[in-house]
Amino acid sequence: MEGLEHSLALVEVFNRIFGPPLAAVLALLGVRVKDPAHLVPDHIVMCLVVMVLLILVLGLASRRLSLVPGRRQTVLEILYESLENLLTDIIGESGKKYLPMIGTVGLFILCSNLLGLVPGFMSPTSKINVTLGCAVTVFVYYHWQGIKAQGLWKYLGHFAGPIPLLAPLMFPIEVISHFSRPLSLSVRLFGNIFAEELLIVVIASILPFLLPLPFMAVAIFTGAIQAFVFVLLSCIYISGAVAHEEEHAE
Amino acid sequence: MFKNGKPVVVTLFLLFILAGPLAAQEAGQLSPAKASLYKIAMIVGGAVIALAAAAGAYCQAKAISAGCEGISRNPGSAPHIRFLLLLGLVLIETLVIYSLLISIFILVINWGKYV
Repeated sequence: MEGLEHSLALVEVFNRIFGPPLAAVLALLGVRVKDPAHLVPDHIVMCLVVMVLLILVLGLASRRLSLVPGRRQTVLEILYESLENLLTDIIGESGKKYLPMIGTVGLFILCSNLLGLVPGFMSPTSKINVTLGCAVTVFVYYHWQGIKAQGLWKYLGHFAGPIPLLAPLMFPIEVISHFSRPLSLSVRLFGNIFAEELLIVVIASILPFLLPLPFMAVAIFTGAIQAFVFVLLSCIYISGAVAHEEEHAE
Repeated sequence: MFKNGKPVVVTLFLLFILAGPLAAQEAGQLSPAKASLYKIAMIVGGAVIALAAAAGAYCQAKAISAGCEGISRNPGSAPHIRFLLLLGLVLIETLVIYSLLISIFILVINWGKYV
């Protein structure tokens, strides 16, 4: 796998400009950098590209909103409303407050998956570092929301299962199944995007510019589906952590 | 400039594409012990993903057929069933992806370092 990677032009430019200053800042904190010209790995540069892209496109598009929406505003409203409908379907009426986190994670993963298909860029989600970061973020977030909604002891009490007598048996099972969630989220996303990218690279080494095209079309489709599934499973985990307050309120 | 530039450009493009396979690399020589480990690695790697793909495709086929039958019995529930079907298909595919990753590791690791 070492022979399949080469450095991207954008990453080289970024490292040449920002490498030495960042190395100097790290040296102030006591970290010695072996090679300041190759300091920042390419998945971090690609994450920054996705971040800048999303901030510019979505931030600028929310200015000059009008009551009768134009084309750009309609697209954004469709996006926003579909996320809200997903949240209210799965979590209930109180689901709308989780929209910022779910929307951010979903759009970040969607843009990252699609960025790898543009020549000169790579998907940051094709590295396990980035997908594990997204999965651990969702993990910490839904536990935090569950504790915030129900209180610490009551939330931990739900790990004991329905019958209190079976608690010593249910507790390890529940803990293991909760820890398997970020594992499966991260490995699912990483495996799909990495395998698709590897397939495209191998196919392109057979017949460069024509043969990868059907595979890239499939990669657009699977990238969108994987982003949707990540968001869907995050909503289901949040609803599992938070929803108990509603059955007690009845 | 000449007016009919397009056929020239297309011809050059196709020639450029056909030159791609010329950049293939050559294979090296291995000692017999490392060569047999590579052979076993290739067979095992191929078998793992073939088994996972067969089992995964069979289970996804059962899920899809149950979904289609459910929609045909009650066409009004089509959005709910479609949602559940997509969720179930992705969860089954996750297991196939796990074994694809293991197969990629087996096939790509430089076994020569570990003999």
